[in-house]
Amino acid sequence: MADFDKELDASGLNCPLPILRAKKTLNDMTSGQVLRIIATDPGSVKDFDAFAKQTGNELLNSTEEGGKYYFLIKKK
Amino acid sequence: MSDAKKLAIIATKGTLDWAYPPFILASTASALGYDTQIFFTFYGLQLLKKKLCLQVSPLGNPAMPMPMPVPVLIQALPGMQAIMTSMMKAKMKKKGVASVDELRQLCIEAEVKLVACQMTVDLFDFKHSDFIDGIEFGGAATFFEFAGQSDICLYI
Repeated sequence: MADFDKELDASGLNCPLPILRAKKTLNDMTSGQVLRIIATDPGSVKDFDAFAKQTGNELLNSTEEGGKYYFLIKKK
Repeated sequence: MSDAKKLAIIATKGTLDWAYPPFILASTASALGYDTQIFFTFYGLQLLKKKLCLQVSPLGNPAMPMPMPVPVLIQALPGMQAIMTSMMKAKMKKKGVASVDELRQLCIEAEVKLVACQMTVDLFDFKHSDFIDGIEFGGAATFFEFAGQSDICLYI
């Protein structure tokens, strides 16, 4: 739990649910906190990149492992 | 008026498949910080009904993927539309695609403004009580008040 403050498991959810759930979770967090998101939707890789660019929340990391996608987003 | 970007959508279709684009785009735009409004007119009004009974039809839609080829005359048989609709819903559920109800609720929570076209409400003899709470009723001028300042305007 060292590198993130909250975790959201969006596995099995399809567009646009991972983004919407992430946005909702970020709303309850404070500036500077880091959210880790787990998703299985391949489209979420581009979508979280675009989400971060448009909202100003920083995408710290985006990785794929064993068919799952992991994102670290730092709240603006 | 806020300085957020604005998205205006006109939703004109009332089938299960065509219910998705307006609600997906509106909820996502809101998550990205857009002020969003959807104007529902003609068959699009079905998307605002308290009880959604949206169906999908293969008729007149040769692009719909089918598990096996079904001749058009068979597609027109009674009950085929209900079968197609339940097959589509089952597929969506299996793939983790949200239901229309769920996406609509997410739009409401994200404060997407939902406007029903009063003229078509009257045309089809709908009552205000047929629709979910919290929506507005207006006409073309109401739509342009928002759409005229929008950054993106979509007709769906």
